[in-house]
Amino acid sequence: MTGVALVAHQFRYDQKAFWRNPASVFFTVMFPVVLMLIFGSVFGDKSVNVDGGVEATTYYVPAIITLSVISATMQSLAMSLVIAREDGRLKRSRGTPMPPWVFIAGRIGNSIVVALMMLILLAAIGRLLYSVPIPWERVPALLVTLAVGAASFCCLGIALTAAIPSQDAAAPIVNALLLPLYFLSGIFIPDDELSDGVIQFANHFPVRDFFEAFLHAYVPATHGAAIDWGNLAVVAIWGVAGLLLAIRFFRWTPRSG
Amino acid sequence: MSYGETEAVCGIDLEVMPGEVFAFLGPNGAGKTTTVEILEGYRKRTGGEVSVLGEDPERAGRGWRERIGIVLQGGSLDPYLTVRESLGLYAGYFRAPRPVDEVIALVGLEGKADERARRLSGGQQRRLDVGMALIGDPELLFLDEPTTGFDPSARRQAWDVIAGLRDLGKTVFLTTHYMDEAQRLADRVTIIAAGEIVARGTPENLGDRGDGATTIRYRAGGREVSVETTTPVQTLHELTGEALARGEQLEDLEVTRPSLEDVYLELTTAADTAPAEVAE
Repeated sequence: MTGVALVAHQFRYDQKAFWRNPASVFFTVMFPVVLMLIFGSVFGDKSVNVDGGVEATTYYVPAIITLSVISATMQSLAMSLVIAREDGRLKRSRGTPMPPWVFIAGRIGNSIVVALMMLILLAAIGRLLYSVPIPWERVPALLVTLAVGAASFCCLGIALTAAIPSQDAAAPIVNALLLPLYFLSGIFIPDDELSDGVIQFANHFPVRDFFEAFLHAYVPATHGAAIDWGNLAVVAIWGVAGLLLAIRFFRWTPRSG
Repeated sequence: MSYGETEAVCGIDLEVMPGEVFAFLGPNGAGKTTTVEILEGYRKRTGGEVSVLGEDPERAGRGWRERIGIVLQGGSLDPYLTVRESLGLYAGYFRAPRPVDEVIALVGLEGKADERARRLSGGQQRRLDVGMALIGDPELLFLDEPTTGFDPSARRQAWDVIAGLRDLGKTVFLTTHYMDEAQRLADRVTIIAAGEIVARGTPENLGDRGDGATTIRYRAGGREVSVETTTPVQTLHELTGEALARGEQLEDLEVTRPSLEDVYLELTTAADTAPAEVAE
């Protein structure tokens, strides 16, 4: 098989394994949906004072999409690659003629496809349950934002595996990193409730930039271009840094034993 | 061949013939996995020459990997893929794989083809492992402790599969710490202890090592008697002759050669207690 065919082959099996794994389906698919329903129900009648004021539900759709994209890419990849590394699957695959990059490419493909599905699913829920308009004319901007963010957070997830020593440590480390950033970046608590200091702190991390880019692409009241190049550039720089760290520190053999 | 501070194995000299089952036997920590990982190309050696299928594993490429199959110590299966899917996934990695159904039959998993790996028993998972190593139709298979932690029936099943590999004309490099496994499966056995080779031979002639003494045991007049001899025929003749002359019985008469297990224990214990020459 050629490289591309081999990636497609790997991707097909990764998809099967992904959808059969209750943990990945729950955390990557169900959890963002549940969050969307909770935030939509609790804050449905409020408004958020960003970009001239938007309804809370309109704010939370791109917020939860941001979370779900990061979850499908960085979180899901970091966890599944550590598990595959520690149980010897990565090592074993290196003993076959398959080039190592194919394995990683298949997993990245899996993550990006799931992220795209989550974008569609959450946009549909927002439209159907909370009448949040889908910005059809901004679909290209949404896809560009998704592509840059998904690729960057995939790289960060692969890089993060180097800092995770065991299967048991995967979930705590990933959550300890991401959950606080979700809070501080305005994903759970709206921007106008957060102090400037908090937002300035969150601005040091790519979750905030990615969220702002998605918010600008999604919310009709935003000013300027739909594609938020400034924030996307920051996300991309993080992605490249992650890629370099991943190339340098990613390992195929179990840490334990 | 070393890593870290101590040399894990040194002065190891092995030759494996095409088509044979070669057992590399030794206790845990003897350096078996280090050696096999050097041969598989996973680990860099610090010295010495290695040639596997005519190539240096450290530099060998895709073409070489087409010709080998690897079963690692401990399972390495995707728990959510079925037997058929796991084999299908690996079949895609090779240029000319064996048909998936043929491999399922070879490892005796016909009834479990559509079962997910996580629902298989330990023995069945191991057979799937072997199947995944066979899917590329390799000339040479590495099996690293294929039955460690198995119950007797699972071991028996795994052994049947490994014994079948020889009939396929495969060369098998088997590491194990079970004497009976080497005895049952291997054409030739090499024993390693504390990083050095302590014995080599066929399972039959390895038993000639040790002190070579045969033990004759019996009871006479309520007393246990044990005689060690290097000339068992003559000694036995004398003992029975005397007993007959006295009109006595030699109760529970028993003649035993040192078992392979005895030889193995003797060799590996000696190496462990000998002054270690492993530090560089």
